[in-house]
Amino acid sequence: MATSSLSVDNPLNRRLWPAVNGWTLVQVGLALLLALPLMTVVASWLWPRPETWQHLADTVLADYILNSLGLVMGVSIGVLLLGPVPAWLVTMYRFPASRQLEWALLLPLAMPAYIIAYTYTGLLDVGGPVQSFIRDSLGYSYGDYWFPPIRSLGGAIVMLSLVLYPYVYLLTRTAFIEQSVCVLEVARTLGLSPARRFLRVALPLARPAIIAGLSLVLMETLADYGTVQYFGVSVFTTGIFRTWFGLADGLAAAQLATLLLVFIVVLIGLEQHSRRAARYHHTSNRYAAIVAQRLYGWRAAVAFTVCAVPVVFGFLLPAGLLLNWAIDSWPRIDQAGFLRLMGHSLGLAVFTAVLAVALALFFAYGRRLYDNIGTRLSVRFVGLGYAIPGTVIAVGALLPFAWFDNALDTWLRAQFGISSGLLLSGSLFTLVFAYLVRFLAVSTNTIEAGLAKIRPSMDEAARSMGLQRWAVLRRVHMPMLRGTLLTALLLVFVDVLKELPATLLLRPFNFNTLAVRTYELANDERLYEAACSALAIVAVGIIPVIILSRIISQSRPGHDGEA
Amino acid sequence: MKQRLWLMLFLLVALVPSAPAAEVNVYSARIEDLIKPLLDRFSEETGIDVNLVTGNADALLQRLQLEGRNTPADVLITTDVGRLHLAEARDLLQPVSSDILNETIPAQYRDPDNHWYGLSLRSRVVVYSKERVDPEELSTYEALADSKWADRLCVRSSSNVYNQSLVASLIAHNGEQATQEWANGLVENFARKPQGGDRDQIKAVAAGQCDIALVNTYYLAGMLGSNQEAEVNAAMAVGVFWPNQPGSGSDRGAHMNISGAGVTKAANNKAEAIKLLEFMLSDEAQRWYADKNFEYPVKPGVEANAILRQWGDFKADELALEKLGEYNAEAVRIMDRAGWK
Repeated sequence: MATSSLSVDNPLNRRLWPAVNGWTLVQVGLALLLALPLMTVVASWLWPRPETWQHLADTVLADYILNSLGLVMGVSIGVLLLGPVPAWLVTMYRFPASRQLEWALLLPLAMPAYIIAYTYTGLLDVGGPVQSFIRDSLGYSYGDYWFPPIRSLGGAIVMLSLVLYPYVYLLTRTAFIEQSVCVLEVARTLGLSPARRFLRVALPLARPAIIAGLSLVLMETLADYGTVQYFGVSVFTTGIFRTWFGLADGLAAAQLATLLLVFIVVLIGLEQHSRRAARYHHTSNRYAAIVAQRLYGWRAAVAFTVCAVPVVFGFLLPAGLLLNWAIDSWPRIDQAGFLRLMGHSLGLAVFTAVLAVALALFFAYGRRLYDNIGTRLSVRFVGLGYAIPGTVIAVGALLPFAWFDNALDTWLRAQFGISSGLLLSGSLFTLVFAYLVRFLAVSTNTIEAGLAKIRPSMDEAARSMGLQRWAVLRRVHMPMLRGTLLTALLLVFVDVLKELPATLLLRPFNFNTLAVRTYELANDERLYEAACSALAIVAVGIIPVIILSRIISQSRPGHDGEA
Repeated sequence: MKQRLWLMLFLLVALVPSAPAAEVNVYSARIEDLIKPLLDRFSEETGIDVNLVTGNADALLQRLQLEGRNTPADVLITTDVGRLHLAEARDLLQPVSSDILNETIPAQYRDPDNHWYGLSLRSRVVVYSKERVDPEELSTYEALADSKWADRLCVRSSSNVYNQSLVASLIAHNGEQATQEWANGLVENFARKPQGGDRDQIKAVAAGQCDIALVNTYYLAGMLGSNQEAEVNAAMAVGVFWPNQPGSGSDRGAHMNISGAGVTKAANNKAEAIKLLEFMLSDEAQRWYADKNFEYPVKPGVEANAILRQWGDFKADELALEKLGEYNAEAVRIMDRAGWK
């Protein structure tokens, strides 16, 4: 254990092939365990399915690829339009309701993409109230007027952008808050206009944060199934399920899923590359308070509008509609069962979030302590699950665990005549495991970014004063990371709350969640009945979102209460 | 001697409650809202506890397969016959012998080898705009590929299993070649890219985006029985047409599908599982299905819901339902080639 005491993130001291140490071994072991589902998926290539692939290539594969690329590009543009500018405005300026908008801009995070898709379809589809109103009041019939089709690739791009932009907003805003004012002051004294200060100084400095947010968004986009399926857009995820279920070819479906992994590896590569180009440690220790500038007149109106649009369309409108439907159907639903659903959802989300943050901290800190190929790869590896559809992860987790359970059972029966049945695969264990595989990317990315901002000299100082490694983490890093840890905790919490496919497949008997309930009713085309549980997901998700926002505004270095 | 017998019987009865409660474990593709009340009723009546997991049929099937012989599931319930067939083909179901099941369910709605049984029926029919279509113009599924319906037909995605089953039935009746040509023609007639669910197709007909649509009967009935005015109005704007009836040029009858169930191969509670299936065929359960989800009862003699009765009697296709499962993958390939999204 005495080997790498000085190998804190210091390029001169980096060891690629480490002397074996306990931390690295445990970390690599854990990463391998968490990579089981993905390895199961990749292993599908051992059984080539040329006939199915030929059929796919002849018919639908080009569609899957083009639509997936279109979706990814469209959503990128969407979230870049919706995220960074409001983040800048609420950080640097004061205008009507700017304080409220600061946290309200995060609210769409609580809205599952498939639910926003259901509500907008109910509103804007041919048979919905808006188009009916146009026809009735103007005496038109269908075809006499043009109306954008909501169920289309464009519709899917808008829906996903509206609920996913908060990732970019969140990380960008944190970056703006933490930027040293000095840099901006220098820019100001050099005569740069506000727009230029934003475009030429603040935005480039925030680039790692923007790209980190964007990569989370794109992974969510690639893994989305509910929205694209409802809109009839053929992308990779819909193709995977069609191949798996319709063509009854699970192997070819898994092979399709590995193509998603390629997308992600490219994404991660891009992100790493953008970070590598420059180091983004904070260069100055002078953190003067940001003096927000007050806006008046038309400037205030424009700022307000720019920030209000995402909130209105990403949250207020759909949530209002849901509320309307929920009031209508509330008397008809099983209200006692409803509380139980809420309990299940909350319990799973809290438990998984705590575990995901603990693991992420272990992984990220391990990499900081021992920067070797083992820790580095393990951190990358545990993040891959985020872009794989939940059902694929779920089956990937079930396969090895069920195999283990059955093998153990067979052995016990043969040796001792007792049966252990299904130990792991029939329980919440597998479900939480699948959540971790899916969402560790969120907590790991967040915590890595947070750790990276703490200068290595801090660690060295602490160590030189005689603190052990664990003590450095506990007494130096954790207090400094408080905001980061809570951010990671809440992001995973909200993600688990919204998660559907893995929950659907892996949950034990008599165990339902809000997301399952919503999906079952909405999928049966009973939107009104689905509204109560949908609204409950949103409501439960809002509370952490508001907490999150408060933490971030207080997270500026030097702010009271921070170490 | 006789006294002793009575004593033993008494002891036996006294001991029963202390034995672990009988239970049966169900994997159901039918959503909780449409199955739980019935299962609760079963528990009340028999004292057998029912444990339930609901989910996507294919995913449940996969879970059943991976869990292997240690699966806790005793009963698999699906909402289409294709998945029951698949479960049987993957050796996940076992044959059961129950006179009640065999005598109650008409032969074409159960597996010849007793692996699975139909619990309720639905048909996939044509709905048409009462305003713009004369039902005289309609005849068979085959005729929907006629160019007179160009840009007038709405149907949901070919990823949907009900479409896959319908196309599978056409393969069974007309062969692959003819079905491919039919599918190519049908796609030419689409008024819009396939999207949404069956209710959405009905709404699109009512709104004037298309003139005819293919939908399952219970969706239309559900809209008619809804307490939302908009849903009822849309449903009132369309009429039901039963395809392939006698006199239409092809008299094999309208395409049928079932919701059904089977006992898993690994079932630990086989007796309770069979009891559950038999309960599902009681008059009470059949009527509950009929009224709650507007499906046709599979048990002869149990009346359909009034909404369904107003559409009149119809001739049902008597194709052996396992064919739908057999031809499912081929149906998907045909739809892929036809460009049916």
